[in-house]
Amino acid sequence: MLRISPRLTQKLAMTGIWGTGIVTVLILVVIIAYVLVKGVADINWSFLTTPPRGGLSGEGGISTVIVCTVYLIGLTMAILVPLGLGAAIYLSEYAPDNRMTRLIRYGTEVLAGVPSIVFGLFGFALFVTALHFKFSILSGALTLACLLLPTLIRTSEEALRAVPHSHREAALALGATKWQTVWRVLLPAALPGIVTAIILCIGRAVGETACLYVTMGDTTALPTSLFSGGRTLSMHLLKLVMDTNAFEKALATGVVLIVTIIVTNAITNWLSQRFLARMTGVQ
Amino acid sequence: MGDSEAKIEAVRFSFYYGKRQALKDVNLRVKEHQITALIGPSGCGKSTFLRALNRMNDIIPGARAEGEIMLDGQNIYAPGVDVVDLRKRVGMVFQQPNPFPKTIFENVAFGPRVLGLDGKLSMDEVVEKSLRSAALWDEVKDVLNKSGLALSGGQQQRLCIARALATEPEVLLMDEPCSALDPQSTLRIEELMNELKARYTIVIVTHNMQQAARVSDWTGFLLLGDLVEYDKTAELFSRPQDKRTDDYITGRFG
Repeated sequence: MLRISPRLTQKLAMTGIWGTGIVTVLILVVIIAYVLVKGVADINWSFLTTPPRGGLSGEGGISTVIVCTVYLIGLTMAILVPLGLGAAIYLSEYAPDNRMTRLIRYGTEVLAGVPSIVFGLFGFALFVTALHFKFSILSGALTLACLLLPTLIRTSEEALRAVPHSHREAALALGATKWQTVWRVLLPAALPGIVTAIILCIGRAVGETACLYVTMGDTTALPTSLFSGGRTLSMHLLKLVMDTNAFEKALATGVVLIVTIIVTNAITNWLSQRFLARMTGVQ
Repeated sequence: MGDSEAKIEAVRFSFYYGKRQALKDVNLRVKEHQITALIGPSGCGKSTFLRALNRMNDIIPGARAEGEIMLDGQNIYAPGVDVVDLRKRVGMVFQQPNPFPKTIFENVAFGPRVLGLDGKLSMDEVVEKSLRSAALWDEVKDVLNKSGLALSGGQQQRLCIARALATEPEVLLMDEPCSALDPQSTLRIEELMNELKARYTIVIVTHNMQQAARVSDWTGFLLLGDLVEYDKTAELFSRPQDKRTDDYITGRFG
């Protein structure tokens, strides 16, 4: 029988692992580079500051779309983060370990795997129709919050659970109440994990299209209130590709989208690191 | 027994984790301004007893206490006792140094912040005083804004002692405070305990009999939830009354 030497298997394994790593990075780099290189040429001041005018040639820019995206993400996070963190704190610190809690936990896991368009249908039925919020940024944000809630809860709960039990004991032994323990010890300690969860949620929110079409409508007018409809960058990009000949404008929109995500992540990271440095004394 | 008043008195105190009984009818008087050591093999109930003194066992599901523990004559297990109040009076230092991932200053300031300063001293003064009491001030006075986790193990444990002292407790509970430390750091902590007993009543759990013999004034020997013997440390180690105590301290088991 042929026996392959351990040295050879080691070499093969290393080559394989390096290969998969390189391929993954390469795919990522190619996609981003393609969009950036092709798209950057069509970005100029007027593209960023004029609203889309529609038509087959995709006239105009993306100003109102940018504004709408920022509003939507801001509102979504304002709804999502307090709710999600509250639920995560409840599940990790307060909920007794019983059948009910396990059911809630199982439920959030299932919900995290439900396709976003299903949440879109739910949002359409509840927020747009039953609650009369119409096609609006509010309906869209509420739907996105529902969509992202399970992910945020699960990830934040894991981050809180990862805080060593000894921190809880130390705080309680010093006469802290349970809430003081959560607020002054556990949340700061879990913050890096929670921030990562929020960044992932922002990324997903920026990328959603289908569930927003059915809850936010598709107007390109400048949003003036929570009840205005709107169109996000991703929705606009889809529209440009499918309904117009303006492929270069779609690429330019893609560039703005990528840059927006990178900038948002950078700001969120910077804020949390500044906070942590002050809190923990680690420079 | 007394050459001084009993600060803490356990009266027929039993403790259960679910169905398992961890302490059986323990009667014990802790003298004020003395160091009381609890020794015994693993699982004998010494840590359970220590954690009963500031009701830290309350957070374990299914835990239940019977009997009384009197602190200055008041039963701390009586209905209506505020555990936050109790823990302000009875501080605790744990086996593993467990500073918060915060600055040295904020670690010490934690207790006063959650309980509120009494107004006599500013936060800066409280922090300095506590760090001085824990013999750590000279080493950290220039790096108060560095992380508490950047300190060595022995320094971290003294930081935890300073943190416990900052709430001005009357009693200090120490749960094997040196078991994670090197001999040098252990010596520092033992010297510190000797200095602190003038102002605080100290109860220490230790698996190290030499340590109990070195630092404590009184020693209790527990076995399987029973307090087998409790006496002045010198007496207990030189003339144990119970065969089991003798066997344990001479190293025949445990």
